[in-house]
Amino acid sequence: MSDTTYALEARNITKRFGRVQALHGISLNLKPGEMLGILGDNGAGKSTLMKILSGFHAPSSGELLVNGQQVAFESVDHARSHGIECVYQDLALVNTLSVYHNMFLNRELRKPGTPFLDHKAMRERAAAALADIGVNVPSVDEEVGMLSGGQRQAIAIARAVSSNARVLLLDEPLAAMGAREAGMIIALIERLKARGDVSLIMIAHNYAQTLDVADKVMMVQRGTCTFEGRSAETSVMELLDIVKREYRAAAQ
Amino acid sequence: MNKTKATLPTLLLRKPEASILLAGIVLVIVFQILTPNFFTDANLQTVSQFFAPWTLIACGEIMLLIAGEVDLSVGQVFALAPFIMHFAMLAGLPVILGVIVALLVSALLGLFIGVITVRFGVPSFITTLGAMLLFNGLTLTISGGFPIDTPAGATGFVLGGWDYSEILWAVVIALGMHVMLRHTRWGLHTVAVGGNPTGAAEAGIHIRRIKIGNFMLCSLLGGFAGILNAFHVTSIDPNAGGANVMFLAIASAVIGGTSLMGGSGTILGGLIGAAVLGILQDGFTLLGINAFTFDIITGAAILITMISNVQFAAWRRRSRT
Repeated sequence: MSDTTYALEARNITKRFGRVQALHGISLNLKPGEMLGILGDNGAGKSTLMKILSGFHAPSSGELLVNGQQVAFESVDHARSHGIECVYQDLALVNTLSVYHNMFLNRELRKPGTPFLDHKAMRERAAAALADIGVNVPSVDEEVGMLSGGQRQAIAIARAVSSNARVLLLDEPLAAMGAREAGMIIALIERLKARGDVSLIMIAHNYAQTLDVADKVMMVQRGTCTFEGRSAETSVMELLDIVKREYRAAAQ
Repeated sequence: MNKTKATLPTLLLRKPEASILLAGIVLVIVFQILTPNFFTDANLQTVSQFFAPWTLIACGEIMLLIAGEVDLSVGQVFALAPFIMHFAMLAGLPVILGVIVALLVSALLGLFIGVITVRFGVPSFITTLGAMLLFNGLTLTISGGFPIDTPAGATGFVLGGWDYSEILWAVVIALGMHVMLRHTRWGLHTVAVGGNPTGAAEAGIHIRRIKIGNFMLCSLLGGFAGILNAFHVTSIDPNAGGANVMFLAIASAVIGGTSLMGGSGTILGGLIGAAVLGILQDGFTLLGINAFTFDIITGAAILITMISNVQFAAWRRRSRT
């Protein structure tokens, strides 16, 4: 299908921070309901790419298109208004606030016609949104700081999903997580994919997990894309070979 | 989650306001027993006039502490604002407009320190330490170092003339601020900014705006407290307020359960904390214990509260997992 409109497309994105060139021209595309895994080392530019897609940084050059329309995000809010939500590695959760306050952070519900928060409505909707994608927490009134890493990740994902995101960016959702918690997050991602109403981009370190859950993968090394392919046609060995080749080249 | 029974011990552990409220009630009972004069109209006036100024300032400091900042210069705004009012009136403005001009200037001073803090990344401890001397010098310069009388009239009476004016203002404003902290986006975002600045920014919250706004609010409240106090004592004193009232305000905040680490705090706790400090000061005066002892007690109270806050936080974490 050559006439596919991509949910999100990036063309030749570069980013420079002062004298450091973080990205050297990265392109990617994502069909509605598709999931892309981005692999690469720390400092390879994955998180910078994510922050450009989510509107946190502006690219130094290159184009971004949402549903075929060119966009220039001025802020995270602006990207959000185009249906792009990011779940950062630090989760952007406030430990001293309750689960439901975190779920509605910066898009709080107010009692109609007043400046006052509608705690009741937020509590109910947060509980419903969590139940909807099968996330269990002790109580939506619990402070987030009291929850486990997996629960916190799930809340951050649920928050992004419940804001009617069409493209969900996940920055290392499986980092620093035990097997059971990681399994819970992978199951959550698979439930989201099964629903089919959201496209996903996931940054990860674990090749096997990424190939398992994503439709296609790309490898980012030193700010450039060194590999792209369908997960079904790619093996962990192949990815490891690319990394090895890259290291040998770098060593010489 | 298992519903914890609302027994007194659990309430004391869960609600920081509860333990300080209990301490306050115990103090009132003790002072009433030791001296027959505690519950007299005259004494209640004295107590309320003691703690009204630092209650107002505590409200501002609590918002700043929650946002991860502090304002050491607010006590100097307290002294400066009434002089601004005085000079605005010399320029021909009526009292009420003089008050408004003084409040605007107070807010601008907050804007000044807020912008320096967030724009240039100077820690607010340093910014406001500098501002403390700067504002004090300003007050001494424009006043010539001499106190002057407050203007007579209805405005002054409403603001600070009646015996309970100050405390009434303080309590009403504290309740309003409580609603703002717990039931508006501004309050919630203030907690978010102090609790996780990066996360708050990633969620799209304008953290600079929140911080600067709270600096302005704190200075505004400091200026207002200074004006109320000037009308109450019918004198505008260049040496009023100062570091003393600022420290008592921060002490009230901390004793009431506001964290110095940012991200959590309570206005109601601060109000009760301020009252407890007022009751202590007054009770010691009634008992004839001198002011030096009061400082020892206040200092010890802050240390004990901080230790218990840290311990309770750790205990809560352990007990819930």
